[in-house]
Amino acid sequence: MESPNAEHGLRSYLIGFVLAVVLTAIPFYVVMTHELPLQSTMVVIGVAAILQILVHLRFFLHLNFTSTPKENLLAIVFAAVLIFIMVGGSFWIMFDLHQRMAV
Amino acid sequence: MSVMAPTTAHESEAAETHEQRAFGFWLYLMGDAVIFALLFATYVIMVNNTAGGPAGKALFSLPNAAIETALLLVSSTTFGFASLCSKTGNRGAVLAWLLLTFVLGAGFVFLELREFAGLIAQGAGPDRSGFLSAFFTLVGTHGLHVSMGLVWILIMSGQVMLKGLSVPVTSRLFRLGLFWHFLDIAWVGIFSIVYLPGLL
Repeated sequence: MESPNAEHGLRSYLIGFVLAVVLTAIPFYVVMTHELPLQSTMVVIGVAAILQILVHLRFFLHLNFTSTPKENLLAIVFAAVLIFIMVGGSFWIMFDLHQRMAV
Repeated sequence: MSVMAPTTAHESEAAETHEQRAFGFWLYLMGDAVIFALLFATYVIMVNNTAGGPAGKALFSLPNAAIETALLLVSSTTFGFASLCSKTGNRGAVLAWLLLTFVLGAGFVFLELREFAGLIAQGAGPDRSGFLSAFFTLVGTHGLHVSMGLVWILIMSGQVMLKGLSVPVTSRLFRLGLFWHFLDIAWVGIFSIVYLPGLL
């Protein structure tokens, strides 16, 4: 009973590792070579980071919609809402202030 | 009956209860995520406030950030292997993977401290500008977490050695794993928001 579980676990960590390496190598390569214009480089960095965080959650922290307790998912959604309000609100206030003071 | 519960029944419950018992720890991690998110927000707001001092481009090193990233990612994976070995009850393998995880994590902390010392030596310490204050606070908070994780790894290695892979010990290992993987996620944010954009 344990061994298929363990193999599944090993595969999960190895898949996660390979995906994380790829998603790290891409933005580092783009920054190193300076081949893309600034805006596209920022988009590549952002997309790779979001994908890599999802990879870590799925393959290292084993978050999914079946076996993860519901209250854990609820907690992560609640934290995301808090982060959205606090980080978004801070940006809104500070960048607005910056513009108004940069006369 | 509950006192003398047979160990087999106890252990079959273990996998379930690890995740259930980790709920409180999970809430702590979410609180930590909020702290990191706000430190990231502070950094993004302060990043251009260099007060005539050096900006990220002159201070950061891409190879250093890449090696730190590699150390932390590999250590996250080796911790995963330790978790797997703890499920099959292989005590020696758990200790070996924990030790390797510790060495990789210590390498990360060493590189970070060396970077900090270099910055301070060239007059780019946290007191130089708002940008550097935010940088040291964000990256230093993460480094402090990793250092605490290293202490925790040592403590758990001692427990695995002395107490064996009992249910309470594997339960603690499970939470240490959550902590360690979480720190790798925070680092993804750091190299994506601090080092890579800083070096553009």
